[in-house]
Amino acid sequence: MDFMLTKQHEMARTLFKEFAEKEVKPLAQEVDETEVFPRGTVEKMAKAGFLGIPVPKEYGGQGCDPLTYAMCVEELSKVCGTTGVIVSAHTSLCCDPIQTYGTEEQKQKYLVPLAKGEKLGAFGLTEPGAGTDAQGQQTKAVLDGDEWVLNGSKIFITNGKEADIYVIFAVTSVVTDAKGRSKKMISAFIVEKGTPGFTFGTKEKKMGIRGSSTYELIFTDCRIPKENLLGQEGKGFGIAMHTLDGGRIGIAAQALGIAEGALDRTIEYVKERKQFGRAIGAFQNTQFQLADMATKVQAAQMMVYRAAMAKATQKVYSVEAAMAKLYAAEVAMEVTTKAVQLHGGYGYIREYDVERMMRDAKITEIYEGTSEVQRMVISGSLLK
Amino acid sequence: MKIVVCVKQVPDTKGGVKFNPDGTLDRGAMLTIMNPDDKAGLEAALRLKDQYGAEVTVVTMGLPKAEEVLREAMAMGADKGILVTDRVLGGADTWATSQTLAGAIRNLEYDLIITGRQAIDGDTAQVGPQISEHLGIPVISYAQKIEIEGDSVIVERQYDDRYHVLKAKMPCLITALAELNEPRYMTPGGIFDAYKADITVWGRADLKDVEDSNLGLKGSPTQIAKASDKVRKGAGEKVTLDAAESVDYIIDKLKVKHVI
Repeated sequence: MDFMLTKQHEMARTLFKEFAEKEVKPLAQEVDETEVFPRGTVEKMAKAGFLGIPVPKEYGGQGCDPLTYAMCVEELSKVCGTTGVIVSAHTSLCCDPIQTYGTEEQKQKYLVPLAKGEKLGAFGLTEPGAGTDAQGQQTKAVLDGDEWVLNGSKIFITNGKEADIYVIFAVTSVVTDAKGRSKKMISAFIVEKGTPGFTFGTKEKKMGIRGSSTYELIFTDCRIPKENLLGQEGKGFGIAMHTLDGGRIGIAAQALGIAEGALDRTIEYVKERKQFGRAIGAFQNTQFQLADMATKVQAAQMMVYRAAMAKATQKVYSVEAAMAKLYAAEVAMEVTTKAVQLHGGYGYIREYDVERMMRDAKITEIYEGTSEVQRMVISGSLLK
Repeated sequence: MKIVVCVKQVPDTKGGVKFNPDGTLDRGAMLTIMNPDDKAGLEAALRLKDQYGAEVTVVTMGLPKAEEVLREAMAMGADKGILVTDRVLGGADTWATSQTLAGAIRNLEYDLIITGRQAIDGDTAQVGPQISEHLGIPVISYAQKIEIEGDSVIVERQYDDRYHVLKAKMPCLITALAELNEPRYMTPGGIFDAYKADITVWGRADLKDVEDSNLGLKGSPTQIAKASDKVRKGAGEKVTLDAAESVDYIIDKLKVKHVI
């Protein structure tokens, strides 16, 4: 078992770090404060190839492995959780399902511009009554001639309104199983922004990742071409679950990055801040807190990288992804909370990055499967 | 068009400077980067490649570890990398370095050679012009803008308060300033491709038309007697005066120092 990163990965990290420090960090506070989507940064990331890292070169991507992609999200999130999730949602939740389930035509039409960063992607599964319980879907799609007609709405959609291409899930039929229970059959579709009948509702005002654009999507007799069905009809639930397995690695990397960023800021701070005539880093409480934080961050990194490697080498990696996300998200929350505590009153002030990081960390325990869902996935694999 | 870009792997001064007991730089102990002026030169070459189509070959002289800087250049878009490394080339000053690089470049076809103005670890600004002298081609230094017109290159050469527009027939050598452009980032895919690509490694035997007496420490007319970290000149003096008083104060000080 080799714990060393290759030279390629080390150089990729240098690239991501340099980009994050130079292009993302100076805007992080403003993006949070104004809640404005960092379009300029997205354009720069597109130019640098950050929006198609794990997509094969023949589809406009960079042809790198999932680990390189996870490292990109990690380094971006170290300085700005918003920027990290923009890349994660675009790559894991939109590029990945089209790459995995799309026809050649769909890949040429949608994956190529997504991977090149000419278009931004999003994913719509969650509904007011269907969060963790994806079976509670109300959005419907009915085939009418050569078109699918979508009706319903999606909420909490990351990259909403800013994205050009959306992978949307809708109920296409209801079947009765052997025990007489009805079961909704869900299908996945590719929907372009600007399609008549596809509009945006309210923009959510969030606790953290405030520059990330979170919108309600509304479909009112929205007609899309028949060929925009993604994968097989009725197989959408499997597509959604498989997509979220990959997405969890992205969010785990985001959580890891936030935790690392908070730890870095705290190490700098405790060396400078003086109380009782000494730097607070000289107090054993500070030292022990930092030791615990660093140890957990490193453990989280191992799990995230292992899950990313599993995506590259294994057909099924649900448990690795669930464990990585569960652990990294909880570490992010714990580390950022401790970071604020070690900053004292200053940590509660918006001028200090750790205040933002603590707010940003919370969502990693909730979206793309709550920590409770991750525990269900993990325990399910233990008890099957 | 064929462009050769000379780059140097230099210590990243942001990470602190470390010395060996004999006063020379402890390069192994320091983080390294591509010299900023050279990176601007590489970017200029890559832009010419984008605009006119060109093959960009990057050459560096250094320890085997300097291969990293070639991979970085290739991850940015350079086509080929050549590492010139040999024990007998160690300890070279600017004269021996330029002789070495000229000896390597004589093996290559080129229309344009671009070097950085100077390296941040030596600040001599001599190697570029010396290479042109050895190769017998024109040099335009301190380039802040580069354009191609037919078989000529048109360059804005920077001065403190103005610039000159110079035109030279190719082949010629240009030295680039970091201010010339904002170098592009490597791409993630470019990094992985760069590590799959072969780097050409040349030693002393591969250098063309160079005398042994012009190489390495023995071929270096200058030797470093001592090197040290920057010594603080003092805290300076801070005064709070209004504008008119400030002018008088500064003029008095300059008079005392016989500057005016």
